[in-house]
Amino acid sequence: MTDDAELRCQQVVELVTDYLEGALDPETTARFREHLRGCPHCTEYLDQIRRTIRSLGHVPVDAVAPETMAGLLAEFGSLRPEQPTSRRGRFRLR
Amino acid sequence: MTGRERRSLRRDAALVERLRAGDRAAFSAVVTDYSPMMRHVARGYVASTTAADDVVQEAWLTVIRSLETFEGRSALRTWIVGIVVNIARRHGAKDARTVPWSAMEADGVGTVDPARFQGQDAPHPGAWTSVGAPSPWAPERRALDAETLGLLGAALATLPESQRLVVTLRDVDGLSGEEVCAALGLTAGNQRILLHRGRARLRQELEDYYRGNEVRR
Repeated sequence: MTDDAELRCQQVVELVTDYLEGALDPETTARFREHLRGCPHCTEYLDQIRRTIRSLGHVPVDAVAPETMAGLLAEFGSLRPEQPTSRRGRFRLR
Repeated sequence: MTGRERRSLRRDAALVERLRAGDRAAFSAVVTDYSPMMRHVARGYVASTTAADDVVQEAWLTVIRSLETFEGRSALRTWIVGIVVNIARRHGAKDARTVPWSAMEADGVGTVDPARFQGQDAPHPGAWTSVGAPSPWAPERRALDAETLGLLGAALATLPESQRLVVTLRDVDGLSGEEVCAALGLTAGNQRILLHRGRARLRQELEDYYRGNEVRR
């Protein structure tokens, strides 16, 4: 690999998102990984970005207001009257 | 389509069956789960949280009435996002509202303070300086404590709106890149630029926070 082909740390930090999104071409992906192997600082940086993303997944969001939920359930109940066959255990998302 | 995607579509199909049959618990669960994300999508089009809540409300009524038209070829979530976008567009047009999607082209400005890298005359131009290099953070468990999440939520609120919308939908609500592009009418490239800038800024906020804690200790 020539000097030109070597990524600098300052370039690597701007490629982290494209890397995580799988949007880098194979050649740049290889150079990116090559850089990480030799650079604990950029490895740490990437790790911190990943950790930021993980934390964001736990940031609390505003819950549905109880009166909104009550209104929607009432609407749901009148448009979709419950059929007896539908009650096979509680449904859970995910 | 991956096996995982297929399983997920089957789960959605089963869920929609329950909704069609009037299962209130199932409906309550989807409303709880998807409403925050729907509100965030709506904020891409309407000017206030109240207006966004109206969009979400109307979207749920449309969902209830239109369940028969859900064909199960896409994820239920994606279908709901489409409904929200249609309604929000209409409301947004009344609001004459547009998010400033400005400065989305790569402008060459880095997301990390250039002073943290060696200059052109240094032995390794563009490499981290010894002071500038990121130092390891507090243990992982700190990533989920209430103070960290509170700080992150506050920092998110201070991001430029376009970055905040994209980061929230991707990382808080867990939408895919394709779903966010569809929800906000963005190209894949612009979506990534906004995501990149937003995440980099939030990482910096966390770094400052963890560093501040070390100094205090």
